[in-house]
Amino acid sequence: MTYLKEGKCYSPLQGISVGANNIRPLHYLLLILMLLLPLPAPASIEVHQFNTPAQEALYTDLIAELRCLVCQNQNLADSNSELAQDLRGKTYEMVMAGSSHTEIIDFMVTRYGDFVLYNPPVRQSTLLLWLGPLLFLLLGLGILFAFLRRKSRQTSQPLSDSDRQRAEQLLSGDKP
Amino acid sequence: MLKYFVPLGAFLLLVALLAVGLKLDPREVPSPFIGKPAPAIEAVQLDAAAGTFSSTSLKGKVWLLNVWASWCGECQREHPVLTELVQGQNLTAVGLNYKDAASDANRWLAQFGNPFTSIVADPQGKVGLDWGVYGTPETFIIDQQGIIRYKHIGPMSQKAVTEKILPLLAELRNGGKP
Repeated sequence: MTYLKEGKCYSPLQGISVGANNIRPLHYLLLILMLLLPLPAPASIEVHQFNTPAQEALYTDLIAELRCLVCQNQNLADSNSELAQDLRGKTYEMVMAGSSHTEIIDFMVTRYGDFVLYNPPVRQSTLLLWLGPLLFLLLGLGILFAFLRRKSRQTSQPLSDSDRQRAEQLLSGDKP
Repeated sequence: MLKYFVPLGAFLLLVALLAVGLKLDPREVPSPFIGKPAPAIEAVQLDAAAGTFSSTSLKGKVWLLNVWASWCGECQREHPVLTELVQGQNLTAVGLNYKDAASDANRWLAQFGNPFTSIVADPQGKVGLDWGVYGTPETFIIDQQGIIRYKHIGPMSQKAVTEKILPLLAELRNGGKP
């Protein structure tokens, strides 16, 4: 397992002595251009070697699917907490040892519980979580239908003669 | 009348839901280990001269596993509570020195005192991973059959000790009867 610790970042200007006397406009321009260069961000995520593309795909899938228990709104792939690093390391180890997707998920769930999964399994305790959106949809539809039915029941009052006259006057532009 | 009471009712329901939500601590992830056999520990001890620690040697005993590290401030806060619990109950306490340097751990113990019967060194966090540890301190209580009966996440408070741990210990020592 290779941990790439926070890499040091060298400035491209290092080693060039810039005396106050010999700074020319061109130097300034060059300096500004150099500042615009995207320096590679010091990567702190581990670099892993895989034997087959299938292993790599499995690893990538798993770390996207497993949740970090420290930074709870991040998966293992996103989180940089120490625990996430350890769990990524363990996932890598198991992938390389030839464990299947289910085996690795089971390993994590027996240790950290369902919470480690971003995709919670359907159980009695999670039923509301799964059916909740459907219930809300049904509730919304119910309210909508009740509203529409009440609207359609309201019979419109026939226009009285005086109102009709007033409307005609308004439409023809005459003042009443 | 109903026109006013329905929105008011809905609002109060929402307030009640949010109030309950505020009381929950998202850090307390329920451990899947409660009621399950404790993972076996087979690891070197902090005191290298003491050789390997094996959890099978504790079979038949009620024991406590406390995950701690010298870099963990909350462990320091928990330390007096833990010491009092261990000494008051004459409990077998195993320390799991999690991701720590031996020299730092020994210095910490010399400074604050050592409540542990034995200390397992876990510099890489491998034992911790097996136990589903995701922070320090964490405390487990294991019964005579090697089943995990309780897990405390975060520093143990005096309140947690009196309300949860002491009754549990009494029950376990009484052969499972409360």
